[in-house]
Order: sequence, then structure tokens, then C-alpha cells
Amino acid sequence: MIEIKNIHKGFNDKAVIKDVSAVLETGKCNLIIGASGSGKTVLMKCLVGLFEPDQGEVLYDGESITSMNEDGRKQLRQQIGMLFQGSALFDSMTVEQNVMFPLDMFTNLNQKQKLEKVNQVLARVNLTAANQKFPSEISGGMKKRVGIARAIVLNPKFLFCDEPNSGLDPKTSLVIDKLIKEITIEFGMTTVVNTHDMNSVMEIGDKIIFMHQGHKEWEGSNKDIIFSKNQELNQFIFASEFLQDAKELRMLEAKGTISEDRRSPS
Amino acid sequence: MDFFTHFGRYLLMIKGMFSKPENMRLYWKELMHQCNEIGVRSIGIVVIISIFLGAVTTVQTAYQLITPLIPKTVIAVIVRDNIILELAPTLICVVLAGVVGSRIASELGNMRISEQIDALEIMGINTKAYLIMPKIVAALLVVPCLVVLAAVLGIWGGKVAGGLSGILPAEIYNDGLLEDFIPYNVFFALSKTYTYSFIISSIPAYYGYHVQGGSLEIGRAGTKSVIVSCILILLADYALAALLL
Repeated sequence: MIEIKNIHKGFNDKAVIKDVSAVLETGKCNLIIGASGSGKTVLMKCLVGLFEPDQGEVLYDGESITSMNEDGRKQLRQQIGMLFQGSALFDSMTVEQNVMFPLDMFTNLNQKQKLEKVNQVLARVNLTAANQKFPSEISGGMKKRVGIARAIVLNPKFLFCDEPNSGLDPKTSLVIDKLIKEITIEFGMTTVVNTHDMNSVMEIGDKIIFMHQGHKEWEGSNKDIIFSKNQELNQFIFASEFLQDAKELRMLEAKGTISEDRRSPS
Repeated sequence: MDFFTHFGRYLLMIKGMFSKPENMRLYWKELMHQCNEIGVRSIGIVVIISIFLGAVTTVQTAYQLITPLIPKTVIAVIVRDNIILELAPTLICVVLAGVVGSRIASELGNMRISEQIDALEIMGINTKAYLIMPKIVAALLVVPCLVVLAAVLGIWGGKVAGGLSGILPAEIYNDGLLEDFIPYNVFFALSKTYTYSFIISSIPAYYGYHVQGGSLEIGRAGTKSVIVSCILILLADYALAALLL
């Protein structure tokens, strides 16, 4: 479990994160959503310790990362896996070497054991025939999957995903979302996903935190979000007429007043 | 950003490099990789430049020493001392500042922009120790070897040019090389080389590691690092000459 307590963060006297508090639960996909510039990425970087918050603290299973020394952070970070927006794969390494890198760095396994583990996680993310390819030779979706494989190869307790669907087509996005959800349940991890993709929100959002202009505007689950009366949230999620129609449909569906022919158009 | 901010961040970067390696074997592997990148990949340009440097120095020295009162062995003495004292260490390191420096700055800059450095940090790796330290150590190991190679080839280039152009025969050149040789000059040249090696690896590493923005900034960081490295090399050249000679 990750607890965020009254986090503030600013750059050059401009407040980017304003007094955000939340609890990110274990075994669930915790989504941080919001428009571009709402402070999602800065919040996530504060969570993983890449940015120091100006005020407040982040607790990992009760231990504050903000007051940890360098060694403590190193220990903690070995329990954290992160998927970056651009995947952040090492260009000079093959897919296999990328996934093996954390094992090389932090374990005493022999080459055979490491290779077995790498093949196991690559198979888990449904990527079996790309071991010897370089990141420049694979597609965006495959890069994300390699990024996930690298993030989970050390069996982390916490998984962070920054915009996992950016630059992907809707079908591949769905595959990545499902994978994140399955892995979260399978490994019992605390997963934090930073996104503005509404498909992801509806697909995997066990817990959703909506950020607006640097503060937490709304908190709930994917079941509540459609029926929320929060104006800022509604403006964000129902930005298109199509989605507004979808909302009305959902509401009618929930009330049980929707006709059978509208429910399953053919 | 002012000079003191850069200097402070530079010192913090250097201080941050000193920590216990997470895995000695991977650090060693990275060091060997950097020795290859900085040393082996620069051999070609060093060989070409140093041979022509020696050849041109011989021809131009002979051109200026037209009086028969000065023995021809003096040409070899001048070529030898010029190459050992100045041309091999300083000029080769200025060239390496361009070749190696821009590569280091762009490699680290690209890693920063594409979040590869963040990925390493998240894994719990000290990125200053893992990415910068091996580059500096590798430069300190291989650049002096390149400078010694450049000095040898430069002197040999002078001999070949002297023979081919008929300025002075090889035997006279060889005699000149042994005349009034001061071993301290080699110590001085190596002292300069170690100083330059540190400059041409740490300055580009600083600019590359702290890149912010996009691909345009990576290019700017490369250019800036080469300019600053060259200026610092020239300042260090003068300071060391004033202190050690």
C-alpha cells in the first residue's frame, strides 16, 4: 500500500502539485487521470522519488520514502518496477538483455537461471520471438511489453506505469491494459497507472484519482465515474458528444429503462 | 545559469559518482566497453593526425632553419620536443574533445531525454556511478596510451617526411632524436594528458547528464561541451606549463 500525505511540489515558484493526499491500494490498479498539465506525471515522479516533494510525504507500507537515506531508497527501489511513457528501453541492448539487466545487476543467479526467468516473463507478456531484436526493430506495443517484462522481472511489490497507452492503437492499448490488470492480480502488486485514456479508466480502474490543476479533484472507482456529478471530471471524461451519448446510454442501462434494440445494435 | 551554479552542480556530480557499485562485474563490463569506445574507436583519427602533424612540423621547421650554421639534427630535436611537449598531448586531446566529448554528451543526453537514466534510477542504480565514472576512468586509462601512440607516430611521420622530401636523411634525424633528450618532458606531457583526459570526459558527461528538453538540446549540449572542454584544455595547458616547466 502507498499512502500519499499532503504532497506539494512546485517549480520556479509555480505550484504544480497542491496538497494531494490519497491511499493507493495493494492488488488493485490505481489510476491517476487528468488532462495534460494537470500534474499527473509530477505526482508520479514524487511517488517514485525522482522528484523531492516540497511538503508532505509518501509512505510505502508505512515507511516514508521522503525521509529515507540513499541506501534505504536503493532497497525500496528494487521493489519498484516502472513502465515509462516511451518505454525507456536501453538502445544498445537486445530485448533479452534489457529484461535481463535488473537480474544481472541485483541477483546472483547463473546465466541459465537468468535466461529461464527472462523467457518466463517474456512469455507472460506474450512476447516470445523477439529476444534477439533491438528496441529499434520492434513496434511500439512490443516495446511496452518489453518495458513491462523488465519492470516485473524482479517480482516488484509496486508497479508504476506512466501513460502506458500513449502512441498505441486502441486494440494494442486494450492488450496492454489487460496485461497490466492481470499482472497486478497475479503478482499481488500495488499498481499505479498514469493515463488520460478513458478506455483504460473503464477497463482497469479499480481506484481512480482525478487530478485537476495540480490538486485531487475526485476519487472513486470506474463504476462511480460515469455517474459522478463533478463538473471538472465530467468535462474531462465526456469531452466528445459521442461519449456524452454513451453516458446517457449507461445511465439508462443502469436504470433498466434502455430498450433491447438499443442495447445491442446490429 | 551562472558559472557558480554550473560549477556547483559539476562538483555534486563528481561527488555523486563515488559510491559502492551495485554489481562490480557490470561496472567492469561498462568500463571495458568505454575503453573500447573512447580508445579503440579513436585510434584511426589519432594515427592520421599524428603522422601528418610530425611530417608538417619537420617540413616547416626545415623551411625556417635555412642557415648552414645550425646543424640539421636540430630539426629532429625541435620536432621531437614540439610533439612531446605540446602537439601530441594538447592537439590530440583537443581533437578527442570533439570526437569523444560529443559522443559522451549525446549518449548521456539521449539517455536522459528518453528516460533511460530515470529507468536506471528507479531500479536503484546510482546512475552517476554507473554511467559517468566508467567513462572518466576509461578516459584516464586510454587517452594517455593514445597520446603516447601519437607522439611515437608523430616523430616517425617527421622522419618519413624528412626522408621523402630530401630535407634530412633518416640517420641524421635519428641522431637528432637522441640529442639533449630530457626525460622530464615525457612526465610533463603525461601530466598534461591526465588533466586533459579528465576534462574531455567529465565536462561532456556533465552537459549530457543534465540535458533538459528535446533532441535540439542534445545537439546544443554536445556543442557546448566541446567548446568548454577546448577552452579548459587551453587554460590547463598554460597553467601546467607555468607550474611545471
